[in-house]
Amino acid sequence: MERIARHPILDFPERKALDFTFDGRPMRGLEGDTIQSALHANGVVVLARSHELRRPRGFYCAIGNCSSCMMTVDGVPNVKTCATMLRAGMDVRTQRGKGVLG
Amino acid sequence: MKKTDVLVVGGGPAGLRAALSTAEAGARVLVADRAPRMGGQLVKQTHMFFGSKEQYASVRGIDIPEKLLGRLARFGDKVELLPGCTVLGAYEDGVFTALQGEDYFKIRPVSAVIATGAIERTLAFPNNDLPGIYGAGAVQTLMNVYGVKPGRRVLMVGAGNIGLIVSYQLLQAGVEVVMIIDAAPKIGGYLVHAAKVRRMGVPIHTSRTVLRAEGNGRLERAVTAALDARCAPVPGTEQTVEADVMCISVGLSPLTELLAMAGCELRYIPQLGGGVPVRSREYETTVPGLFVAGDASGIEEASAAMMEGALAGLYAAGYAGFVHPSEAETAAELRAALAALRAGEAGRHIRAGLELLEKEALYA
Repeated sequence: MERIARHPILDFPERKALDFTFDGRPMRGLEGDTIQSALHANGVVVLARSHELRRPRGFYCAIGNCSSCMMTVDGVPNVKTCATMLRAGMDVRTQRGKGVLG
Repeated sequence: MKKTDVLVVGGGPAGLRAALSTAEAGARVLVADRAPRMGGQLVKQTHMFFGSKEQYASVRGIDIPEKLLGRLARFGDKVELLPGCTVLGAYEDGVFTALQGEDYFKIRPVSAVIATGAIERTLAFPNNDLPGIYGAGAVQTLMNVYGVKPGRRVLMVGAGNIGLIVSYQLLQAGVEVVMIIDAAPKIGGYLVHAAKVRRMGVPIHTSRTVLRAEGNGRLERAVTAALDARCAPVPGTEQTVEADVMCISVGLSPLTELLAMAGCELRYIPQLGGGVPVRSREYETTVPGLFVAGDASGIEEASAAMMEGALAGLYAAGYAGFVHPSEAETAAELRAALAALRAGEAGRHIRAGLELLEKEALYA
């Protein structure tokens, strides 16, 4: 997926690149991204699986309401990736099951 | 334990305006919002507002938080902002619990304004959970806050104001909007917004709905059908729309978890968007000292949320023992502004909902 290059109203100034990994794969987001917006910009739309049928799930609300985007981040399960800001070096993983706190 | 006169939960249009009223009355106020920056959903609204000067008419939504925060800054340390702070619980003894980063703490205010806003609804059809099917407001956030395109070709479901405005904003971001469909026989949003997207070449089909979504692991296409007068699909009218994004814009529901936890009585009032707290004309719920404003008390626009927030803030400050220097006049002006916003055809359902709510409040 792409970033918006030109916009009639909004300015998107150049931002610092933040490197992170998704299921071990290196990816690059930008400062100011949430984990989810960075993944989306990298073409990742499947963020989770439903518990019973393992159906693919993407985000739905993007503001931390719906819990459709929960992933394991730096070993912590059930992180709402749409409402958590991306930081350099984050280890973002698709979660299996309901998650256990370490 | 943090102590304050008034706690405002939610730093959107209602919450920030509530904080301003309470600060003007001389109370100490604490505003908690779970998002990293204040402003609620104003931060993604690139369109200009309607209404009057007090509701920032002709100002873009994205520019309003800064204006409100500027007005709040004049009150110095009487106003404390807690961004990135989620209020987790509201207890019977008036204590709230909150989480900011790794920091978990309690807040004991004298009174509180709950301005938690709303959640986007979804729509039931086969495969409605495929990635690519997103809330219209969510897509607005992705584009306007983070600068990321949601996809290439969008089917917009819902021709209310959010559906129309987000369609226009998708076009501004350089994304194709294939069509807008709505199950209702008439366009729900303002015709000025509908005219704008039609002029840009986006067709609007009313009396049409989604039968199912299809795709391997993500949305690839949707099958739509025309609806008859009884809202049943008409055989032979199925149409396949190739799209990698479907935006669902079928309304919002009030976020009332905290209110329910605190023990407020709730009633189902469809005109106000679903379960809403029973409240007095002073915006006080059935729990003394607990006030409500904005979408959490009934789905409306941000302009109305600001006016409600300002009113609720006045009364919450009053409960805490701080009387606004011009309370009666200010309240009268705010009520007049709300009446003007709710006048006419567009406000008919809100007026009906509020009438029902007023009856409930009498018997609560």
